[in-house]
Amino acid sequence: MRKTFGDDVAKEMRFVVKSVVGEENFIDMQPNMSNNYCCGGGGGFLQATGFQDQRRQYGKTKFDQIMATGANYCITPCHNCHSQIHDLNEHFEGGFHTLHLWTLIALSLGMLGENEREYLGEDLCECGLEDIAE
Amino acid sequence: MAEAALKLGGPKRTSFMDKVMEILPEGGNLNLCLTCGACSSGCPATGIDGMDPRKFLRMAALGLDEEVMKSTWAWCCTQCQRCVRACPMGINIPALVFNCRASWPREDRPKGIRDSCDAALKTGGFSAMGASSEDFQFVVEDVLEEVREDQPRFKDMLAPINKQGAKYFLNQNSREPVTEPDEMVPLWKIMHMAGADWTYGTLGWAAENYCLFLADNESWEKIVRQKAKAVDDLGCEYWLNTE
Repeated sequence: MRKTFGDDVAKEMRFVVKSVVGEENFIDMQPNMSNNYCCGGGGGFLQATGFQDQRRQYGKTKFDQIMATGANYCITPCHNCHSQIHDLNEHFEGGFHTLHLWTLIALSLGMLGENEREYLGEDLCECGLEDIAE
Repeated sequence: MAEAALKLGGPKRTSFMDKVMEILPEGGNLNLCLTCGACSSGCPATGIDGMDPRKFLRMAALGLDEEVMKSTWAWCCTQCQRCVRACPMGINIPALVFNCRASWPREDRPKGIRDSCDAALKTGGFSAMGASSEDFQFVVEDVLEEVREDQPRFKDMLAPINKQGAKYFLNQNSREPVTEPDEMVPLWKIMHMAGADWTYGTLGWAAENYCLFLADNESWEKIVRQKAKAVDDLGCEYWLNTE
């Protein structure tokens, strides 16, 4: 986003997220958009043998940002970010859930299947399941 | 106490930074550093291995090539470019870091990244996890069949592969078909609900390109060109990258 399409795309993403979860349930992290911090999963970091400690040290900045929001769910539109933030949460014991954006979009549209709920917490894991069976 | 100052001497020699400046537009502004530290203050990699973006750039500017090259910090920078955004002079530090990676002997670069690059080069989909196009197609068809049977609302949903003339060519991170195939389904449902005319391709289906992160210029360019060709060959208008 910072490297290519800029803040306009970041704003569109926020429109989608707010439409999906409701404006009152969206908490932006600080700093955000083009001033945001990288999670540390990309650039090959997740795959770099022997760099696990450094990757988590890097990711601590992102972890602290997420914790400061107090949110129960962190949305990650990219698979690398998802893997990294999921790992940071487990390693630093953050107690939040890490979700692919498509999970929330499908959930909000009432079409998230039973096998597609791996990353939802107890509060949402059965939400709308009765609709999908029909 | 601060460490003792470095003593510099001898005639100026062509340095690593000079070479990088030659290949970057505007020389990457690499010689415009005001030493303000805005880069380092907002870099999550600051402090890792005793390095930070300003220190890395200053060392390169001072011709301390050996020290720059032997630091493993180049592999701890994710190329996120926050430093470029923060820099009042628009200095392209990530490009310096990238070329530092590229200057390492290939066999000394981090094994996991190298293996991911090599695996991609061996498959038609360029999958960094080494998944074959046949396996990818099998997983997609298998998961789709299950959804169509179990979820009546999606009995007509499609996940086309190699559909000539589709509007959108969609790629997929290898982790999904290989480790959590059910995670592909919400994406298909969104495309289905939007009425999008889309397709996967057995050639170039994988979204990732670890040869880029390995700084293997020849290989990452080859992968990008062949993926783009796969999109063109199917006559697709848009290439949707899910990464």
